[in-house]
Amino acid sequence: MNLHGIWAIYKFEMHRFRRTLWTGLAVPVITTSLYFVVFGSAIGSRMREINGIDYGSFIVPGLMMLSLFNESIFNSSFGIHMPRFTGTIYEILSAPLSALETVLGYVGAAASKAIIVALVIFVTAHLFVDVQVKHPILMLLYLLLVAGTFCLFGFIVGVWAKGFEQLQIIPLLVVTPLTFLGGAFYSIDMLGQPWRSITLFNPVVYLINGFRWTFFGTADVSFEAALTATFAFFLVCASVIWWIFRTGYRLKQ
Amino acid sequence: MTDPILSIRGLTKVYGSGTEALKPINLDIRRGEIFALLGPNGAGKTTMISIICGIVKPTAGEVLIDGKDWQRNYREARKRIGLVPQELTMDVFEPLISTVSFSRELFGRRPDPKRIEEILRELSLWDKRKTILKELSGGMKRRVMIAKALAHDPDILFLDEPTAGVDVELRRDMWNMVRRLREDGTTIILTTHYIEEAEEMADRVGVINKGELILVEEKNELMKKLGRKVLHLQLTERLDAVPPALGEWNLKLSADGGMLTYEFDAKAERTGIPSLLTAMRDAGIGFKDLDTHQSSLEDIFVGLINHKRAAA
Repeated sequence: MNLHGIWAIYKFEMHRFRRTLWTGLAVPVITTSLYFVVFGSAIGSRMREINGIDYGSFIVPGLMMLSLFNESIFNSSFGIHMPRFTGTIYEILSAPLSALETVLGYVGAAASKAIIVALVIFVTAHLFVDVQVKHPILMLLYLLLVAGTFCLFGFIVGVWAKGFEQLQIIPLLVVTPLTFLGGAFYSIDMLGQPWRSITLFNPVVYLINGFRWTFFGTADVSFEAALTATFAFFLVCASVIWWIFRTGYRLKQ
Repeated sequence: MTDPILSIRGLTKVYGSGTEALKPINLDIRRGEIFALLGPNGAGKTTMISIICGIVKPTAGEVLIDGKDWQRNYREARKRIGLVPQELTMDVFEPLISTVSFSRELFGRRPDPKRIEEILRELSLWDKRKTILKELSGGMKRRVMIAKALAHDPDILFLDEPTAGVDVELRRDMWNMVRRLREDGTTIILTTHYIEEAEEMADRVGVINKGELILVEEKNELMKKLGRKVLHLQLTERLDAVPPALGEWNLKLSADGGMLTYEFDAKAERTGIPSLLTAMRDAGIGFKDLDTHQSSLEDIFVGLINHKRAAA
């Protein structure tokens, strides 16, 4: 195992994040505050409780997931796209690194930053609402799993994208809509049929509800179903990456 | 060849577009030599290097490093190989020293600030170690690329067009550095389309054109075998024309009439020089100076490629 190599990529990526540390952290803090002002105060005052949970607290896991998805995909896709764009990928490809080691370096760093941002949102949320976590260890493990999964997904996007515009397409056109429609800000029980059944085909529903379960011990779908869906997505992404390295798709001519 | 450090066997590359970049290439590189791969742009030099370094996938063939397959034993193989690519691609927002340390660790070596300092001093980069890469000049960036390639102490070094767009001073520096590396036991394979570079540096020269290795030869042998020589004679008195008595040597007279030029085959047993000088003395033509000039690799190279074209 080339531990020095993995660590070198990890440090390099984290150093890149440190250069934009303040904007990187200010954005989620401001966005979270805005969500609380709009959803918490304006709408929340009419909503009060969902499944016995105060609306302000109810949206915290959804907000954390929304940022976690976007941060994971953005950091990871940018991390691998940049060397492809500048040409420095030659060094990564010629280094004694296995596919797993390369991915661990990039995905590890991207996931670290995404988790830091999610935790900053968690802390910021405490300024507005009192939110308790029922299963803190499961919550952290789940955060790790989802961050890892979306970073793998981001890695695929970064390899697939032919330019910087394409990097934005997947988060903007796919992930954000699915998150908004996936019960980040409401319970899917509030939807009438057939929308409720259709929503269950949205994978993000499982991710958000699994995470919400670790907070409140109750959610729209069971924790087991959520974990199964998350692992399934993880395996799909991991398989695609395995294929990318095996065939050299858009990495090697 | 006994005990080559690197053996290329039937290496072929056909790109997706159908371009045949490498026809089956067979080549052995000797331990500790400087091998120059000479060829025009688009000849397949970079493709060949990129395959050996793991950046491009071969269509067929294999590379053996000390007899071991370079893909099956990729960790060991790649640790031993350093690559200085043609393009100045680097992470332009990074400080110089970080990017060089990064390269060392990426190749599985433990961090070693002392060794990095040695490398940077050797390449006259130490004073600039904290500079952000984008602020460096082109020549400095070229040195950084070399420092990155040397950071993990490889014993096989590929230099892809190392002196393209480099000024004369840096070129001399680089040649000296390559010689020092060779003295330390590093095997060096450089590609170039500057014949001068191959002539100056290489122990052996391979000529590649359109994906085909046309010839591999000791540089000196190559020069001897294919080299033509030219004799210049500075005359004491100007001539209006070449005297008929010297007709058989096919001499050329310079425009001002002050110099005679005789081209001869260096590999021939009889060069014709003594008889020419005798004939000149008999004809009463004096000369004050003479020199001979070995034709350059460039002449050889152009000759080879034209020969191939004519044959095709």
